[in-house]
Amino acid sequence: MAFYDGIFDALGLRSWCDQGEGEGVLSMAELLARTNQTEADTSGFPFPSLDNLADACPAIIQTRDLTTGLENGFLAIKDTMKIVLDPITQPLSWMLDGALVLFTTLPWWMMIPVLVALTWWASRSRTVTALVAFTFLFLAFIDHYTFAIQTLSIVAVCTFISVLFGVPIGIAMSKKDRLQRALLPLLDLLQTLPSFVYLIPLIFLFSVTESKLYGIAIILYAIVPIIRLTDLGIRLVDRDVVEAADAFGMTGRQKLVKVELPLALPNIMAGLNQTIMMSLAMVVIASLVSAPGLGVLVLRGIRNLELGVGLVAGLGIVLLAVILDRVSKAALNRVNTGQSAGGH
Amino acid sequence: MAKDIKIAVRGLHKIFGARPQAMMTHVNNGVGKADLLEHHGHVLGLQDINVEMRAGETTVIMGLSGSGKSTLIRHLNRLIEPTVGEIAVDGEDVMKLGPAAVRELRRKTMSMVFQKFALLPHETVLANTMLAPAIGGTDRDKARKDAEYWLDRVGLGGQGVQYPSQLSGGMQQRVGIARALTANTEVMLMDEAYSALDPLIRTDMQDLLLDLQRELHKTVVFITHDLDESLKLADHLVILKDGAVVQQGEPQEILLNPADPYIEDFVSDINRARVLRVRSIMSPRGSVTGEFLGEVDENDNLETLIARSGGDTTKNFKVLRDGAVVGDLEMTNLVKALVPRVSSTAEMGERVL
Repeated sequence: MAFYDGIFDALGLRSWCDQGEGEGVLSMAELLARTNQTEADTSGFPFPSLDNLADACPAIIQTRDLTTGLENGFLAIKDTMKIVLDPITQPLSWMLDGALVLFTTLPWWMMIPVLVALTWWASRSRTVTALVAFTFLFLAFIDHYTFAIQTLSIVAVCTFISVLFGVPIGIAMSKKDRLQRALLPLLDLLQTLPSFVYLIPLIFLFSVTESKLYGIAIILYAIVPIIRLTDLGIRLVDRDVVEAADAFGMTGRQKLVKVELPLALPNIMAGLNQTIMMSLAMVVIASLVSAPGLGVLVLRGIRNLELGVGLVAGLGIVLLAVILDRVSKAALNRVNTGQSAGGH
Repeated sequence: MAKDIKIAVRGLHKIFGARPQAMMTHVNNGVGKADLLEHHGHVLGLQDINVEMRAGETTVIMGLSGSGKSTLIRHLNRLIEPTVGEIAVDGEDVMKLGPAAVRELRRKTMSMVFQKFALLPHETVLANTMLAPAIGGTDRDKARKDAEYWLDRVGLGGQGVQYPSQLSGGMQQRVGIARALTANTEVMLMDEAYSALDPLIRTDMQDLLLDLQRELHKTVVFITHDLDESLKLADHLVILKDGAVVQQGEPQEILLNPADPYIEDFVSDINRARVLRVRSIMSPRGSVTGEFLGEVDENDNLETLIARSGGDTTKNFKVLRDGAVVGDLEMTNLVKALVPRVSSTAEMGERVL
């Protein structure tokens, strides 16, 4: 006799309840109870949870039906989603694979000078450029160069895509309050959802052998800051200056290109810095779903308990993070000083 | 000297709030600003404004903060849309223009100078000055030449390569004025253009505007909360209070015949001898008998005249316009004109500051 039997009897729902009898799936507890020939624990006052109510009234679903229901629902729409999403996201696979091939086939004596030159162009800082050169030479010296360059190629592609979509979305959000209200909860969700959770539906949708699987996971996670800071940056542009742009007859597009984006640039660059750091953080987790790079070594360290391998790879990631952060911050500083030109 | 009316504002109302149109019936039924806010939750920004601004003249709109003067000037180029009313520029109703035509109006007909300068911080002074031609897509070389000319005229020759943040406030506003002049528009809207500057620089800038005006004869609409400034610059003075026009006319006229206690309060503190001019107090030619000490120009202010007379109130002067005698002046009339009309509310002891 389950605890809530009396309530369903009193409500006259007994016949409705018993319709479903025998169809309900047995819970583990019930199975154990049957084999041990004892009643499930009925002492005390159990919380009216789905499982406890289902005990008394089999027509009520059990909690596990909820999760299987979600799963079945997702599986039902999966094929349709795949038809739509597969072609749309295919270019991402091509880009990731292409970048990976490009970065790894170029010999080290071309790649490292190119990276150092890019750093100099972006930062114009001797210390940062020297740091980058040292980091890659060191990683190459300890035979981690290929892994590091794979990680870097994934970060580069994902950051590029994030900027490509994030900045226009941010601009649209800054122009339309309703869009901002609609998107902010979604951005919060993307930022707080544990990163492993993204991976589960993605594994169902795409094959683990496709690089877009980890690409999407990284981009979903890393695109948030650039959207947020583009939106914020444009909203923070001095209203007097925007009014002047209006008063001199600028069109919306002129205003965006000549006033709003240049003045929002420091914030957008700060968003870019965050986006790079977050793609790097995610690239390690994405190695669970076959993303190559330093993350693979970290994973090997965990799986095989190879402490040294994991630690050295971890150090490599830290070094990459430091140089990416320093380079993007140096570029941000350059934008800041360029704009105030001698201080406000 | 009848000049063409450049900008005419007729029956302009602006109500801020959720349902401005619905509030118009209340306003038409005589509900005041305070009542509208208290009982209906709407702010009456402007109430039945009728102003005509003549071509080539400086119209000064004066009022304290919250009087709606900045709101009013933003209606002229439709940065703010009126609730009801008509704004005509050169006889054409601005309210009927579409977005593209409004942009055209802002580019070709009206330029604006702002209280907080509103320069683009990431552009050089020269690029800032070239803003209007750059927007309109005019030939770059010509635009550059124009910009350099006007920068030179406002006293910033050779400063084009600097960034706005490297300049002082007064210099930044000179850039703002050069930017408006480079737009080569007939109308210049100046929204508290000098209020953020310190007094000495402000006087300089006022003189700069007067100098330019003598040569360019633009239609200037100037917003200020400073009575001295408005008396110095205005050909036509409009005084706003709580979103309504209290009095408008020639500054001398307003000074001599303030229409209500609010304006009497306003004008009681100023140096009347410096603002009033001979033409405002002269008598018809031949109406004064007695000894004439000399001749004065009708546009001389009374301060000059007092200095000329050496404080002797028994003397008379001949008044000249362009060298010809147009009237006579008794020093006793001068002394009478210097007596401020005491505010009637002040006499009743109800003066509210």
